[in-house]
Amino acid sequence: MLFTSYEFMIFVLVTAVLYYLVPKRFQWCLLLAADYVFYAIAGAAYLPFILITTISAYLAGMKLRSMKRRQEQYLAEHKAQMNREEKKAYKAVEKKKQWRWLLLTLLLNLGILAVLKYTNFTIANINSLLHTFGSGGRISPVDFVLPLGISFYTFQTLGYIIDVYRGKYEAETHFFKFALFVSFFPQLVQGPISRFDALSKSLFAEHRFDAVTVSRGLQRILWGYFKKMVIADRMLVAVNALIQNPDTYQGAYVFAGMLFYALELYADFTGGIDITIGIAEMLGIRVAENFHRPYFSKNIKEYWNRWHITMGTWFTDYIFYPISVCQPMLNLSKFSRKHLGDALGKRVPVYLSSFVVWFTTGIWHGASWNFIVWGLGNFVVIMISQELEPLYRRFHGRFPQAKEKWGFRAFQVLRTVLLMSSLRMFDCYRDVPLTFRMFGTMFTRWNWGEMFRGGLMGLGLAGKDYFILLAGLVILIVVSLLQRTGGVRERIAAKPVWIRTFVWYGLFLAVLLFGAYGVGYDASQFIYNQF
Amino acid sequence: MSEKKRSKKKIMTAAVVTAFVLVTLWLLQCLLVPKYASAVVEGNLIAEYYKEEKDHDVLFIGDCEVYENFVPAVLWENYGINSYIRGSAQQLIWQSYYLLEDALRYEKPDVVVFNVLSMQYNEPQREAYNRMSLEGMKWSMSKVNAIKASMTEEEHFLDYVFPILRYHSRITELTGEDVKYLFSRPQVSYNGYYMRVDSKPAENVPDGRKLSNYRFGDNAYDYLDRITQLCADNDIELILVKAPSLYPYWYEEWEEQMEEYAAEHGLKYINFLELIGECGLDFSTDTYDAGLHLNLWGAIKITDYLGEVLRRDCGLEDRRGQEHLAEVWEQKLEDYYAEIARQKELYGVK
Repeated sequence: MLFTSYEFMIFVLVTAVLYYLVPKRFQWCLLLAADYVFYAIAGAAYLPFILITTISAYLAGMKLRSMKRRQEQYLAEHKAQMNREEKKAYKAVEKKKQWRWLLLTLLLNLGILAVLKYTNFTIANINSLLHTFGSGGRISPVDFVLPLGISFYTFQTLGYIIDVYRGKYEAETHFFKFALFVSFFPQLVQGPISRFDALSKSLFAEHRFDAVTVSRGLQRILWGYFKKMVIADRMLVAVNALIQNPDTYQGAYVFAGMLFYALELYADFTGGIDITIGIAEMLGIRVAENFHRPYFSKNIKEYWNRWHITMGTWFTDYIFYPISVCQPMLNLSKFSRKHLGDALGKRVPVYLSSFVVWFTTGIWHGASWNFIVWGLGNFVVIMISQELEPLYRRFHGRFPQAKEKWGFRAFQVLRTVLLMSSLRMFDCYRDVPLTFRMFGTMFTRWNWGEMFRGGLMGLGLAGKDYFILLAGLVILIVVSLLQRTGGVRERIAAKPVWIRTFVWYGLFLAVLLFGAYGVGYDASQFIYNQF
Repeated sequence: MSEKKRSKKKIMTAAVVTAFVLVTLWLLQCLLVPKYASAVVEGNLIAEYYKEEKDHDVLFIGDCEVYENFVPAVLWENYGINSYIRGSAQQLIWQSYYLLEDALRYEKPDVVVFNVLSMQYNEPQREAYNRMSLEGMKWSMSKVNAIKASMTEEEHFLDYVFPILRYHSRITELTGEDVKYLFSRPQVSYNGYYMRVDSKPAENVPDGRKLSNYRFGDNAYDYLDRITQLCADNDIELILVKAPSLYPYWYEEWEEQMEEYAAEHGLKYINFLELIGECGLDFSTDTYDAGLHLNLWGAIKITDYLGEVLRRDCGLEDRRGQEHLAEVWEQKLEDYYAEIARQKELYGVK
C-alpha cells in the first residue's frame, strides 16, 4: 500500500475516524490493529520478521528490567555490608550479565537484517572474487523477502533496547503497547527512527478529538503530497531517463541529472516524512522531525545535522559514541597521541569512529558498493573539511565580515548543495566505476548548448512539466525561507478565512491537478521504502 | 459578539467554504473530462441513449461492428421499426451485457441484436476503450458491475466515481472545446449509429494470423450465456450477428463455435460475411476504412436485409402509423439527412 495510493488514503481516513470514535482507552489498541493490517497488506510474509523483532526486544527488555531491579534491591539490602569496591565489582558482574542479553538481542536482530538484506551482496562479492582468481565456481543468489521498512523498525527497536540497557528509561512492560511502538504504521515505511521515550508518551496517551489538531495534521499531509506527487514523481521521469541511459546522457546532462536527483530525493523523502508526521499529528501523536531545511546548510557537517536527523543521531548515539569510548579506542588514542603528537593523535580515534559510522550509514542505505562508497565519500569530505578548519579560521580572521555577507552565505549553501548532490550520484548509476566515469564527463563533454536546445525535452518531460516543476521549486524555496522565521501553518492560521481557504484549497488543487498519479503515471515507491 | 452568534458565523463560514469547494471541484471535473466532440466521438455514444424516449422494438448491442454497420433510420424508413444501438468502441461482451441490463431498466424491446465479434476477448483490454464504454452509463448496479468486470490492472474504481482523478493531467491540454461543451455534449450519433459517407476501398485485406487457441474463453461464454438468459427472462428474442467487416479476421473455428452455440440455444445467427453477395455489398465503395467498417451506403444495404428478417421472422410490426413516434422520427430523419448532406460536402461525395 503506497502512501500515494487511494487505498492508503482511505486506510488513514478510516483509521482516524475509528480512532476518535472508539473509547479513548482503546485508541492505542486500534492503532496496533491498524499497524498489523497495514503490514499484512504490504506482505503477509513480512509479519514473522517484525514479530520476531518485537518479541525478542520485549523479552530482552523485561529481562534487563528485572536484572536492574534485582541489582538495585540487592544493593539496597546490602548497602551497609558492602564497601565501594565491592559494590563496583558487583555492578560490573551484573552489567556483564545484562550485556550478554543485550548482545544476544543485537545479534539476533542485526543477524536477521544482515541475512535478508546483505546475503546476496556478499554472494555477489564472493562470486566476483572467485571470478578474479579464475575459479569457475559460482554461488547462486538467494531469494529472500525483504520486509517493508526492516532497517527502520530494527534500528528503532535496537535503540530502545540499548537505552534500556544503559538505564536511560525502564523497559515497557505491556507487550502490546511495545508492539505498537515497533510497528506504528505511518513511520514504518521510511522512518523517522523514533526514540521510545520521545514517542511512547503521546503514542499510548488518550486523545480527544480536536478540530485544530486534525486540520493541522491534514495540512502537513497535504504539503507532503505536494512535494511527493507534484515535484518528486514528476522529476522521477527525467531522472530515470538520465541515469538509465548513461551512454546517451553525459556531460551537461549528468550535471542536470545530479541536480534533478537531489531535488527529487529531497521532495520525495521530506514529502514522505511530512505525510508521516501529519498522520501522527492528526491522531495527536508527536513524531520527531527528520529534516531541518538541509539544503540551506553552510557545510556538510551542518547538512548531516539537518538531513535525516533521526538516523544521524541514531548512528551518533549508538555507534559513534560507544566506539569512541570503548577500551581499544581509548588505548589507540593514547598510542596515537604518544606517537603522532597531541594535535593529530587525538583525531585518529575520532576519524576511525567516523569511518565506522559512515561505512555503516552507507551499507544501511543499501546492499551495494555504491552506498558504501557514498558513505565513505561523506566521511572523506567531512574529514577534509575538518582538516581545513585552521585554514577557514585564518580566512575568517582576515575577512571577519565575510560570514555576514549574503553572497558568501549563498556560496556556502551552493557549495554544500553541489557537494552533497555529487556524492548522491552514487545512488543513481548502476556501479561505482560508472558513477566516476559519468562524473568525469561533466568536465570532459561540453554539451550545454545541445541540452538547452531541446535536449531536456527528450527526457520524458514536456515544457509544461518543467514549468510545473519550476513553480513547485519556487514554492518549496519560499516556504523554506518563511520557515526560518517561524511556522508557516501558524501564520496561515492567523489569516482571515478566505486567505486560509485560498492557500489550503489551492495546495489541494495543485496536488489534485498537477500531481503525477493515476493511469499513465508509474506509481513510484518512496525512495526510502526499502532501506 | 455573543457565543451563539460566533458559532452561527462559524457554521455559515464552513457551509460557504464547503459549497465553494464542492462547486469548484464539480466545475473542474466538467472541464477536464474529455468531450469527444470533434475527435474520437465514440466516447459520446453510450450517454446519448438516455436522451431517448425508451420505446424501442430492437436494441443492438456490441462493438464498432454494430454502431458503424447498422442504421436505425433505415429500419424506420423502410420497415417502421424503432431501434437503437448501444454500442461503443471495442465494447467487450460483459460491457454489452451490463449495457443491456441497464437498458432493460427503462424498456423491454422485442428483439436484441448482439454482434459476436467481442467473443474473442476473455479479459479486460484497454483502459481508453473501457472509459468510452462505461463513462457514459448512468450510475446503477449495472454500471458498478460493468466497471468491476472491465478494469485493467492499472485502473481504479475511484477513478470512475471521480473522473477528475483520471483526467487531472488534461489541465495542461484544455482546448476551446472543453469550455464549449462544459455542460452539454453535441449529438454525435443517429440512434447510436456513427455515420461516415466517404469511401476507401478494401484492398489487400490480410488473412488472419494463426492463433494458438481458437476456442472462445470461458468468461466470454459466461457473458454470452448471461445475455441469452437475460433475454429469455424478459421474453426478448436474441439474434446473434456477425457484421460483414473484413478485418479483424473472423476465423472459421470461431464461426463454428457461434453456429453451434446458436443451434444449442435455439437462437437465430446471421453471419453477414456470408451474405455479402446477397446484400449487394461492394467493398470497393461500401467501406470508409478499407474493410474494417462499412460506410453509410454499405450499412444501408445490410440494415435493409436485417429489417426484412426482423419483419418476416420476428414479426415486428410497422409503427410508422403511430403519430407520436412518426413525429419523433421526422425530426430524427431531418437531422440524419442533414448530416448526410454535410458529410457529402465535407468528403466531396456525390
